[in-house]
Amino acid sequence: MRALAIVVLLAAPVLAQDHNPYADNAKMAKLGEFQFRINCAFCHGLGARGGGRGPDLTRAYKRHGNSDADLFNTINNGVPGTAMPTNGTTGQGVGMTNEEIWQVITYLRSVQVKAPAKPLGDAAHGRALFYGDANCSGCHMVQGKGGRLGPNLTVVGGIRTPDYIVDSVRNPSRRLAQGLLEATKEFPQEYETVTVVTADGKEIKGVVMNEDSFSVQLMDAGEHIYLLEKHGLRSFAKTRTSMMPAYDTSLLSDKDLQDIVAYLISVGAK
Amino acid sequence: MRILRTTRIYCLSLVLIASASAQVTSARLVNSAKEPQNWLTYSGDYAGHRYSALDQINKDNVRSMVAKWVYQTGATGKFETTPLAVDGILYATGPDDRVFALDAHTGRPIWLYQRQLPSDIRPCCGHVNRGVAILGDKVFFGSLDAHVMALDAKTGGVIWDVAAVDYKLGYSFTLAPLVVKNLVILGVSGGEYGIRGFIDAYDADTGQRKWRFYTIPGPGEPGHETWEGDSWKIGGAPAWITGTYDPATNQLFWPTGNPSPSNRGAGRAGDNLYSNTLLALDADTGKLNWYFQFTRHDEHDWDATQVPVMIDDGDRRLIAQANRNGFFYVVDRSSHKLLFANPYGKITWSNNKDADGRPISNKESEPTLNGSQVCPGAAGTTNWMSPTFDSQTGLFYVNAREQCDIFSTAPQPYEAGHAYYGSAYFPSDEAEPYWGALRAIDPATGQIKWEFRHPSPSWSGVLSTAGGLVFTGDSEGNFITLDAASGKALWHFQTGAAVYAAPMAFALDGKEYVAIAAGSSLYAFGLP
Repeated sequence: MRALAIVVLLAAPVLAQDHNPYADNAKMAKLGEFQFRINCAFCHGLGARGGGRGPDLTRAYKRHGNSDADLFNTINNGVPGTAMPTNGTTGQGVGMTNEEIWQVITYLRSVQVKAPAKPLGDAAHGRALFYGDANCSGCHMVQGKGGRLGPNLTVVGGIRTPDYIVDSVRNPSRRLAQGLLEATKEFPQEYETVTVVTADGKEIKGVVMNEDSFSVQLMDAGEHIYLLEKHGLRSFAKTRTSMMPAYDTSLLSDKDLQDIVAYLISVGAK
Repeated sequence: MRILRTTRIYCLSLVLIASASAQVTSARLVNSAKEPQNWLTYSGDYAGHRYSALDQINKDNVRSMVAKWVYQTGATGKFETTPLAVDGILYATGPDDRVFALDAHTGRPIWLYQRQLPSDIRPCCGHVNRGVAILGDKVFFGSLDAHVMALDAKTGGVIWDVAAVDYKLGYSFTLAPLVVKNLVILGVSGGEYGIRGFIDAYDADTGQRKWRFYTIPGPGEPGHETWEGDSWKIGGAPAWITGTYDPATNQLFWPTGNPSPSNRGAGRAGDNLYSNTLLALDADTGKLNWYFQFTRHDEHDWDATQVPVMIDDGDRRLIAQANRNGFFYVVDRSSHKLLFANPYGKITWSNNKDADGRPISNKESEPTLNGSQVCPGAAGTTNWMSPTFDSQTGLFYVNAREQCDIFSTAPQPYEAGHAYYGSAYFPSDEAEPYWGALRAIDPATGQIKWEFRHPSPSWSGVLSTAGGLVFTGDSEGNFITLDAASGKALWHFQTGAAVYAAPMAFALDGKEYVAIAAGSSLYAFGLP
């Protein structure tokens, strides 16, 4: 029994603490910023505001918890079933020490954006627009309801900044959304637009679901899926101009867009 | 300049003299071109050509090629091996340091050796291994915990096992060793940990170390002055890809990797010799004969760890390398002079060359606190994947990556055995998405003759054969055959996983096979 007690005592400092020993320490936050760049920025972006595949981490809301203990656990153990790896298993970083993980958490706290006192928009009105006049649901699904041509937006309010969502609506072709993460690829497939003419002269325009050098799987605006071998096509043209129309202020006012963003946040950051 | 073309076509019937009992001698390694039914070294020959003189599978019949067998390792992770083929047996490695021998007819296993790795090894980039070397009755292998081992070629039993260095400091082996005479030669990995790189040679019979060449000169040695203060002690310069060997001059050509920390030059002012350098070493002694540094004072992780390919052009003895920094270099290995350096992909880091024709870095390409976008990105215009030189077409084929990244500084203290980057890189979400292409380069001029575009960058090596074919893989899982003259795709097979290995060819009972590792499986293809 005595030996066991010693083992437990020795092990204790190595385990994650519940509270950040470096809380509000500006020097540690700076060290954490460097650790963040080395280990995290590849996915979460410089400044932690979200990258191609990593969520924005400047918000108080975090899908896997925002307490010190939650953050430590997420960073150290990863998130099963997602691209977030266990500490030390990515080629980018090769394992942070406990101290370095706390430095990163200190840094994240230093860039955390305070939630506005009042909600940014009217989520109920945003929902009505999403499924009604703005016709977002023609192509996007939220919580199982809506279209399939564009990305499912159920969680987007929890992982992207409001500015990012606004920009995606106003300028949908600037950054194409990224979808399914394939195990065999470094980067997920994007929602590129493709126009093909089949051997019998039929033109099909749709969103690329998957593609390799010899075949393409695409969905058209009617949600028909086409599985095509490229050698059998008369033409194949792919662009990074999104099939989503650019919603300028004449189509969707700033206020209405804020309401839609509020709706997405109310769902995604719940 | 004309590149010597080998017009002699090997007939399968003449070369099929397989004898399951014959041992691989150093003479057979030197003369590997005489037995194209076998694949005796990592690159297929000492020159690094990754070219097979087999021509049974050719432009006319490759469309009928089929899978002959698949061997599943059961291992996950990147499968980077090039098998050796010796008289009907394949010897290869898998992720997590497993070594195996297969019946080349059937893919059925003969033996398996699984290294018991410690849990605290330090591989930067996956639990990978790229293959073995063979001499006599032994197969040689370097492990992720920095041991060098000889296994019994008949059973996989351990004959000798030597710890080269303490793995806890960040050292590991991932490359296939090269056997020259009676020496087993290999370079170390660990450029992400602040190691001091080296190349070692071990006696094949005993495992005794015969020489070590430190890729960073110590105090009093020439080149030491290219390091600031004590930075040489943790300056990196690993040597993690198999080099080539010139029997005529008894020289090894071995390339080295990045200085540490990889993306931050502050604290290591100077050229940082011999990082990112082609080393010409005396094979018997490990003494440096001469060197050529590709990227001086690198801050972008542009290891020069690409196979240095020896090409003979009339009287000229050349060495060609498609470098990670985006330039295709041809160096005269007699005069040690650079003939030219031409870009073979998008580069933004250099607008000028020095008096010797070497690309010089632009000031604005340096990583900054807020990040600066540079092409190529951190993975380079190519990486470690093997190129091939086809003596029939006279062309050099390599998988190129089109990728730009943002490089940002992140000062970091050195801690022994801990990751030591000093910076970070990440993709710009405003930039063009990554893509890739297999490019055919004329080594006489550096001009690109054709390219075969991949939807995303490929990590596959390339094989050329006397059948007028080029074989490669892609990240979408295809194994592809192209017309070596035109780049036209003639055949493909969906393996189901991204290809991180290079193809090789062998023959058995008058039939040619081509093998490639993908996912967790090794595939062999042949005519029906």
